[in-house]
Formats: sequence, C-alpha cells, structure tokens
Amino acid sequence: MADAAIHGHEHEDQRGFFTRWFMSTNHKDIGILYLIVSAIVGFISVAFTVYMRLELMEPGVQYMCLEGARMTAAAAGECTPNGHLWNVLITAHGILMMFFVVIPALFGGFGNYFMPLQIGAPDMAFPRMNNLSFWLYVAGTSLAVASVLSPGGNDQLGSGVGWVLYPPLSTNEGGFSMDMAIFAVHVSGASSILGAINMITTFLNMRAPGMTLFKVPLFSWSIFVTSWLILLSLPVLAGAITMLLMDRNFGFTFFDPAGGGDPVLYQHILWFFGHPEVYIIILPGFGIISHVIATFSRKPVFGYLPMVWAIIAIGVLGFVVWAHHMYTVGMSLNQQAYFMLATMVIAVPTGVKVFSWIATMWGGSIELKTPMLWAFGFLFLFTVGGVTGIVLSQAAVDRYYHDTYYVVAHFHYVMSLGAVFAIFAGIYFYLPKMSGRMYPEWAGKLHFWAMFIGANLTFFPQHFLGRQGMPRRYIDYPEAFSLWNYWSSWGAFLSFASFVFFFGVIAYTLLRGARVTENNPWNEYADTLEWTLPTPPPEHTFEQLPKQEDWDKSHAH
Amino acid sequence: MAHAKDHDYHILNPSIWPLLGSVGGFVMLFGAVLWMHDITPYMFWIGLVAVLYTMFGWWSEVVAESRIGDHTPVVRIGLRYGFILFIMSEVMFFFAWFWSFFKHAMYPMNEYMGSEYVPPEVYAVDAFHLPLINTLVLLLSGCAVTWAHHALVHENNRKDLIAGLAISIVLGVLFTVLQAYEYVHLLHEGWEFGGDKFYSNFFMATGFHGAHVIIGTIFLTVCLVRAIKGDFTPERHVGFEAAAWYWHFVDVVWLFLFFAVYIWGVAQVV
Repeated sequence: MADAAIHGHEHEDQRGFFTRWFMSTNHKDIGILYLIVSAIVGFISVAFTVYMRLELMEPGVQYMCLEGARMTAAAAGECTPNGHLWNVLITAHGILMMFFVVIPALFGGFGNYFMPLQIGAPDMAFPRMNNLSFWLYVAGTSLAVASVLSPGGNDQLGSGVGWVLYPPLSTNEGGFSMDMAIFAVHVSGASSILGAINMITTFLNMRAPGMTLFKVPLFSWSIFVTSWLILLSLPVLAGAITMLLMDRNFGFTFFDPAGGGDPVLYQHILWFFGHPEVYIIILPGFGIISHVIATFSRKPVFGYLPMVWAIIAIGVLGFVVWAHHMYTVGMSLNQQAYFMLATMVIAVPTGVKVFSWIATMWGGSIELKTPMLWAFGFLFLFTVGGVTGIVLSQAAVDRYYHDTYYVVAHFHYVMSLGAVFAIFAGIYFYLPKMSGRMYPEWAGKLHFWAMFIGANLTFFPQHFLGRQGMPRRYIDYPEAFSLWNYWSSWGAFLSFASFVFFFGVIAYTLLRGARVTENNPWNEYADTLEWTLPTPPPEHTFEQLPKQEDWDKSHAH
Repeated sequence: MAHAKDHDYHILNPSIWPLLGSVGGFVMLFGAVLWMHDITPYMFWIGLVAVLYTMFGWWSEVVAESRIGDHTPVVRIGLRYGFILFIMSEVMFFFAWFWSFFKHAMYPMNEYMGSEYVPPEVYAVDAFHLPLINTLVLLLSGCAVTWAHHALVHENNRKDLIAGLAISIVLGVLFTVLQAYEYVHLLHEGWEFGGDKFYSNFFMATGFHGAHVIIGTIFLTVCLVRAIKGDFTPERHVGFEAAAWYWHFVDVVWLFLFFAVYIWGVAQVV
C-alpha cells in the first residue's frame, strides 16, 4: 500500500495528446493502444465472417457475385459465384485473427498493462522498444489491409490462399497482394519477437524484491511462457515465408517440385510455428481465467505450482506435435503414431489446468459477476474444443474429419470461443481498474449470454456438418447441408449483434459509467499487486518498489 | 514527474523513434513489393533511408543515455538478457534454412516414387579451398574480438582494445569480399541464383549469413569508433559485449554452414 499512499492525490498529466499516444514509453498506455487497435481489427475481421455466414445461410450463391458483391440476396440466375472473393475473405479473416487480433489483445494489451504491475515493475525493461512493437503491429496491420485491397489472383483484389499460405497456391497467386500479406506477417512477427524479448527480460530482471519465480502470479507466468513460444517459433515462420517470397519473386524452388522443391516441407515449417502459435493465443487467456476464477470463488487458486508447471509443460509440448495438422500429406505410419501420442500427452497438463480451475471453485463462495460468467463460458467452451481436439488428434479418425467443418468447429471452440471469451473476461475484470469506471452489470451479462448462445449456435452445428462430410473453405454446398448452415448463420448474426452491443457497453462505461474510487472493486481474493494501486493507475507506478507484504499472502502478516 | 523515483530501472522519456521507424518500415516493405513487381524502386529506398535514420538516431540516443549514467547495473543486466534473447531468435531464423537444407539433402525429391525431377549437374566446390580459408578468416576475426575483450576487461588496455577491434573488422570485411568472390566464381561455373532446390538452399543460407556478417561488421565498427572516442570501461561495455556475442554467433552459424553445406552437402550432390 506504500505506493497507494503516495499517489493518493490527483496527479495532473502533463503530456500532450501526441506525446502521450504516439511517442509513448509507458507500458499502460501502450497496453491500451494495443487493446483499441485489436478491437478495431477484430471488428473488421468479424464483419468478414458475418458476410461469409450470410452467403452460407442458404445453398447457392446469392451475395458474392462476379457482377458485384451485394448485401441483398440476388434472384436465381442473376448471380455468377465469385469464389475469389470468398477465398480472400477466409484468408483475411484467418490472418487478421491469428496475427492481428488475439495476440495483440492478450499478449500486447493485457500483457503490457498488467504483467509489469503484477510483478511490481515500474515499467517494461525496454519501454521505447515496447512502443516499437506496437507501431510495427500497426504497420503490419496496414500491410495486411493493403493486401486485401491490392491486385491479387484471378485479376481481382486480394489473395485467396488460406491463412496458412500453402504453396503452390501461394506461390502461383498473381498480382502483389500475396507479397503484401507475406510482409505483413513478417512485420507482425518482428513486432511480436521484440515484445517477447521485452516481456522475458522484464519478467526475469524486474520482479519486486522477494518475488521469487514461483511466487509470480499466474497471469505473469503465462505471459512469460508465451514469450518463449513467440521468441522460438515466430522466426521459423519468418524463414518459411521468406522462402515463399524467394520462390515467388526470385525464381527459387524451395517448394516447387519442378526444381526439386517440396511443398510439404512448407507445411512442416509452417506448423512448427503454427502449433506453438495456438498456445501463444490461448496461454495468456489461461492466466486471466485463473485470476478471475480465484477472485469470484473467493478462494486462492487451487494448486498454484502444478498450474505453473502445466503452463510450462504445454509450452514445451507445443513444439513437438506440429505434424498433427497434416496427417493426410502422406507421412509414414511411425510419424503419424508419434505425433498422435505426443498430441494426446498435451491433454494431461491441460487437464491439470481445467481440473484446478474446477477445484478452485469447489466449495468457494461463487459470485456470478460478469467476468466470472465469461470464465465459466471459457471453461465450458474450451473443454468442448479440447475434447474434439482429442478426437482429431487420432490420425485414423482424422482421415475422415480432415478439412471438414468438424475441424472448423474444433478450432473455433478453442480459439474463437476459448481465447476470445478469455479476452472478454479480462476486459470486464480489468476495465474498472483501467478506466476508473464500472460497467453496468446487466449489460455485461446480456453481452455474455448473447455471445454465449450465439457462439454455440454458430459452431456447435458445424460438428454435425463436419460429420456429414461438409468440406471447409467452399462458398457453396449441396442442399443436404442446408439445415445446420442456416442455424449456424443465425448464431453468427447473434454473436455479431452482441459484439456491436459490446462496443456500446464500453462507450457507455467510459463516458457515463459509475466512478470506481477504491483500489480494489472486487474482493480480497483479487490479491495481486495491480489491485493495490489507485484506480485508474497514475502515469508512473511503483516509483517506490512494493514491499513483500503488499503481495505475499503466504505468510501471516 | 511529481514523485522521486526510488529504483534503479530506466524510465524513458517519450520518443518519436518507434513511430518513425515503423512508418519507415511500412514504406520500405510496401516499396519492396512495388519494386519486385517492377513498378518503382524509389519507395523502397525512401523507406530504407527512414529506417536507417531511425536506427542511427535511436542508438545514438542509447549511447548518450549510457554516458549520462542511465544504465545502472540492473539495466545493464536487462540489456544483456535482451541481446541474448535476440540472438536466440536469430538462431531460430537460421533453423528454418537448415531445416530446408537437410530435408532436401537427405530426402531429395528424385527419390520419391513417381518423381520426374532430375537433379542438375552441380559444379563441385572444394570445401577445403576458399571456403576453408573463409572459415579461418572468420574464426581469426572472432579471436581478435576476444583479444580486444580480454584487453578491455582484464588490463583496461585501450590500445589493444582498438587494435583487436580493428583487426576483427578488417577480417570481417575480408570474409565478405572472399564470399562475394566465391559467389561470382560459382555463378561463372554454372551455378544459378535459384532455379533448383540445391542452389536455393545454398544461396538463401549463405546469403542470409553473409548479411549477418555485414551487420556484425558494422556493429563492430561502431564499437571501434566508440572505443577510439573513449567509451567502454572494464565494468561498463554492454555495447561491445553485445557486438562480440553477435560476432561469435555469426562464427558458429558459419561453422554449421561450413560442415553441413560445404563439406557434407556438396558431397551429396556430386
């Protein structure tokens, strides 16, 4: 509380608008910038999917016509299907969500804002480089959007090759949209790597006096492990896409069989990055959920040490399972058996986490505040996604499910629902701290239920479609799949409505929400250091480093 | 600042460099795309100038901050962590090239069932001529850096520090020149820039390494200039240490390239 006592009075901010937001070296401001930009990019990316779900609502192509994309259904015979537009939209949706929405929100936004606070650090280790990470992220986003709008394949705009950028599709795509996308991923990768270096150094070098590694709060641990995954996997992706660039523009043949190259090699290198990537996306979410569940169960988190080791184990195992994304490329049986077993092993540390969350709630005095609802939603959806993941991990079963909607349902349950629900849990949990205003409880709950129902309605039927054999990545489908596609589209519209409503909730909260004056608006089980600071935190925090009794609850003080 | 800070960490003033560098990076890469599609080379160069200007301005500021004492012991530890982590990410970048190289060397496509690919006749490069000389040049350069480091830390001998750095830089430049000579020679003997997976892997891996040699040489040159100006003490020389680490990293990557690509890899194709 030493810090709070010193900062008790109103602190007048001297910085001008441009200096504060464009030249920032302040981890809290940069965290907010990350959250704002990722929300905008998220909206663009979600808007794409709503348009895609609109198209998929009925069999036949009614909206994405070569005659022009339209918002009202075309009558029969009026519309020539424009598959390229469809492909561009799924590609852009994937690239934006993967690189420009979820990582920046969880790792860039919450990681930046709260990791230094949780460990009692006055700022990041390299505050100026921190801002470089942010602006490179903006530069990358701009390149990604430019990619959608620049001349691409089929003499149209944008490239439609799927976010994984598999050759030969990506090496043959015309125009320069594809090259823009490659550079966009390069730049966002550089941004993430610099961020990871910053986070690891901060974590190792700037913890509060007495805070040994295994006393660090779980969210900070999750950011630390995520940073290692980013540091070690993203450069490999950069290598893979550099090879693509060379193949496309300089006559190299890494992936071109005519020159002895191997397209499957690209898949291996991509997924060597791609699998750690999915843990990069979900691990910070794990951290947030741990704090939310402990707070609203009024109990310390169950099994802190196993929780930490589970995060580490998931991080390590994430590097040795990549080829389960490509069982059908013709690997040997031994390889398939190995990747299958290694993949299933990940269920163990993940299970440790899920059961520890449940054990945290067990016998707790549970308060169903909005963040807790999102955490519940996360637990349910992530578990469903995890269970279908076990199904898909079996190489034999994957023969039937590969590239069907079952896979789409699976990864949206873990990422779009797991990670995104964790983001919303984090936003409602931390919004009072960041803004000094409380959101209206009813609005948060309405947002939750609309999104929970909408998301399940969208993705649960996709399991059925996958089992019926509906393949991914097509603009159209036979009559037989129409029922569940219809409902899935309604689910998407409901989710989208809830997302728009969310922006309203945030706007209302920031402008009219009830003022929060206490340091800790929740309860004493929100016991990490950020809750000892004034609300909202002043420009500079922990100018006097925190004392051990501020955060260490393991001793009787 | 309303309150005195009571810790040794480095809190920085707002800075324009990150924004400028990112805008420069965007312009440069957008320009690179335009250039690759023969539209205009100028945008790329404008962006590159902005990026280089940012690097120069930013790192000059870091040196200035170090001179006025912002780099306390704990900050110096952080800078070291940061640089080691950066080198680790670079190692993983090379991991991708080596993966591609080993895959293509060990499981060439012509051995796949139904493949119609016929490997080209590759002019055999003798690993124990110019490549071996290059290896020795680079390793000797690494030795010179270590000598300079030793002279600084154990003897505080500025003359030897400067001499060691100068020798390592000259040898670094020599390496680049010899590598360029070898490229010209190989292309003259029928190697192609791209066109086959063997050439692709060779030029990607050695070219990327060559770029790192040039970057490392520049880094060492900056250190030389700083050493001549009187920077670096036996206790405080993070910049020099980082340059030395980077140079050794470049050395080690070269050893892998030498053994894998030159000795073993070329033996596979001829």
